[in-house]
Amino acid sequence: MDQIIIQTLHGLVNGMVLAMVASGLTLIFGIMDIVNFAHGDLLMLGAFVGATVLGMTGSYWLALVAAAIVIAILGALLQVTTLRPLIGRDPLTTILATFGVSLVIQKYALWQWGPSVRNISEPVRGDFNLFHLQYPWYRIVTAVVAGLILTGLWLFLKYGKYGIWIRATTQDRVMAQAMGIPVPLVYTAVFAIGSAMAAASGVLFGPFAGVTQTMGFDFTVRAFVVVVVGGLGNLGGSILASIFISLLESYAAILVSPAQAVIVSFVVLVLTMLFRPTGLFVPTPR
Amino acid sequence: MTALAAALPRPRATGYWTAFAIVVAVLVLAPTLLPPFWQRFVTEILIWGLLAMSSDILIGYTGMVSFGHSAFFGLGMYGAAAALLTVKPPSLPLALLYGLIGAGVVAVFVAFFATRLRDIYFGISTLVFSQIFYVIIFTWTEVTGGENGLTFRQPQLSILGLWSTSFTPTTFHWFVLAVVVGSYLVVRRITQSPFGMVLQSIRENEPRTRAIGYHVERYKIVAVMLSGLFAGLAGVLYAIQNKFAAPDFVFFVVSGEVVIFNVMGGMGTLVGPFAGAAFFLLLREGLSRYMPEYYLIPVGIIFIIMIIFLPQGLLGFLRRRLNS
Amino acid sequence: MLILENVDAHYGKSHVLHGVSIEVRAGEVVGLLGRNGVGKTTTLKAIMGMARRTGGRITFEGRDLEGVPPHGLAGLGIAWVPEERRIFRLLTVLENLRTGLDRPGMTPARRDGLLDKVYAYFPILKERRHQAGGTLSGGEQQMLAIARAMVLEPKIILLDEPTEGLMPRMVAQIQEIVHALHRDGVAILLVEQNVPLTLDAAGRVYIMEKGTVRHHAAAAELRADQRVIHEYLGV
Repeated sequence: MDQIIIQTLHGLVNGMVLAMVASGLTLIFGIMDIVNFAHGDLLMLGAFVGATVLGMTGSYWLALVAAAIVIAILGALLQVTTLRPLIGRDPLTTILATFGVSLVIQKYALWQWGPSVRNISEPVRGDFNLFHLQYPWYRIVTAVVAGLILTGLWLFLKYGKYGIWIRATTQDRVMAQAMGIPVPLVYTAVFAIGSAMAAASGVLFGPFAGVTQTMGFDFTVRAFVVVVVGGLGNLGGSILASIFISLLESYAAILVSPAQAVIVSFVVLVLTMLFRPTGLFVPTPR
Repeated sequence: MTALAAALPRPRATGYWTAFAIVVAVLVLAPTLLPPFWQRFVTEILIWGLLAMSSDILIGYTGMVSFGHSAFFGLGMYGAAAALLTVKPPSLPLALLYGLIGAGVVAVFVAFFATRLRDIYFGISTLVFSQIFYVIIFTWTEVTGGENGLTFRQPQLSILGLWSTSFTPTTFHWFVLAVVVGSYLVVRRITQSPFGMVLQSIRENEPRTRAIGYHVERYKIVAVMLSGLFAGLAGVLYAIQNKFAAPDFVFFVVSGEVVIFNVMGGMGTLVGPFAGAAFFLLLREGLSRYMPEYYLIPVGIIFIIMIIFLPQGLLGFLRRRLNS
Repeated sequence: MLILENVDAHYGKSHVLHGVSIEVRAGEVVGLLGRNGVGKTTTLKAIMGMARRTGGRITFEGRDLEGVPPHGLAGLGIAWVPEERRIFRLLTVLENLRTGLDRPGMTPARRDGLLDKVYAYFPILKERRHQAGGTLSGGEQQMLAIARAMVLEPKIILLDEPTEGLMPRMVAQIQEIVHALHRDGVAILLVEQNVPLTLDAAGRVYIMEKGTVRHHAAAAELRADQRVIHEYLGV
């Protein structure tokens, strides 16, 4: 029973972090039809930048903000140089291009920070007492921060002027342009936002397992699963799906090893693609 | 005038076969002219080229992207390993058979999904499957050797059990060359047949192909099976060359490299993948002298630049000519 | 003000416009008539940079539109009300309007002023302002599409078949709106199948057939002598 409670907490916390990652990915896909293979690597890079800033300043929160800003700028640069020339071409080319970017980023991180694992120390020490169980506070804090960021994103999209631009462009790019919305800029901005969220997730996740060059791939794969299960381009859906998938995996980890628990997500993905391709939580297509 | 034209061999075909003969001749002579390291290198290029060519059947001809070819490759490897470890004395034909069966089983599985999922969903699912296989192989230590993989002895080359000899790097190279050339000719024949034409029609415009009356599903299934089998064959060859099977080769990176070979070399050409493999491996070899860990940074950048400015790949310009 | 000179356009491989020449002067209402498929909508799309222009020139207030990116046209004063309306279905009525209201250089006062004006023209939109665009009826969506163009404070509106599929009552309302816009000094290039409405609203009319302009006359002339109309539109 204890195990189940702990795993539930794990699932919820991991789910919130994954939701941040996936929401960036689904925003990018929803607006420009780009499957960003490099998303997890942007997360990884963000984690490394965060670790470095933490080492320099000793402040976790500063590291979080700095990482988000730096990677947002990098994301914008990437989009302009690598993805903008590919607009209008076969979608395969953007997948390949982001795949290439992923390789370069991974090896760059290796070059810049070396092969050893970096640490991001927890922002908050101590454990939280639930009945007779103990659960690290910082994980709860992480989940809360992720929730706040996601809420901020939602508010921005719903009420902000630029949020409306983004939503309009996502729905009808041509009409948005006809209304004077500078669509190429919107694309770049969305990519930057998605990158920033990935980077922030990296810093948030840092204390969980340390920072390595390969940590990105797992997130990319899981984020793909979530985006498909939640419905491509559906922000609310990907948040729900993140929590759903993470909970499933956490429970599965009671029975099998964590490495094998990921198969559960894959099974859900495949079932969704076969039977509910528009998304598990999306009402059947009209 | 027309009678004269009919009497002459078509210049395109002659040019092609001449070039082909020259390339094969060079490859046959290669082991005798090159130092051992490069000998092995050329053999590896052939094996990876075969793997990439198998992927070209899907990407270049049918228009289906696979991010999971490492699964076919890996199961070819492990299948061969199974044969070479369980049956004494180690038998080459059996290794080939087990490897192809292994890859074939995965191919059936993937083929099923190929018919239900389009485009990017299919691509994601191939990635997911190869990862599932990776996890299973990595963690099922009793059977697959887990992280460390399996090692075994190289089988002998035997003709009908009458005469057998051990492989030397040179004879093994010729064996691989024979298998690869044979595979290439077979696949080429297939892609230029009516069947191949239908595949290309599916790539160009699937709904229209279906509307004309073709059972697109059946064609896709056959395409996936073919692709999987030749990829498995490459896996068997690699296992025999290196005498081990390891989970690394089932990991996504291999699938990724296959896609790179296809894109760099030229999709839909069958020879392009070989060029792509050679290009990439030579680049890697050359750059790893100076930056052993980071060669992928310039290679990755070159890859990205090629996608933007040279999307048809190195040999892509030959695509029309090669596919009459 | 808006001049198309000998414009050729292609959709993929098909050559859809042949040497189209049209002019709309400031404050004018110009009609573009023709049967289905003759290229009327394509002409508008060519102006909006959505069809590939392969010959001729399009200028607006003397400036060649060749190098202008698609999102720059609204800033120049060109607004588009497409045939399918293309309401942002998941955005509310107000949010739809905001896509045009939130332009650079807009003050809250000007914004509110424009909103009031638009609500005065279309009271129903004010009522439904927090409803999602996709839940509006066809006629309401058409009004929203026109309102959306109006908040751009354009010099010219490209109106594509505004009365299509609308009930007679709505058609009359559209006619009213066109008159009101004209009184406001906004030029309109009106593409329509509804001949009486066009002849009533427009000063001059072009008639297209098979991707080119076949006839050009004052609306009054065409009202007096309906033979040309019969010839090209079979009405």
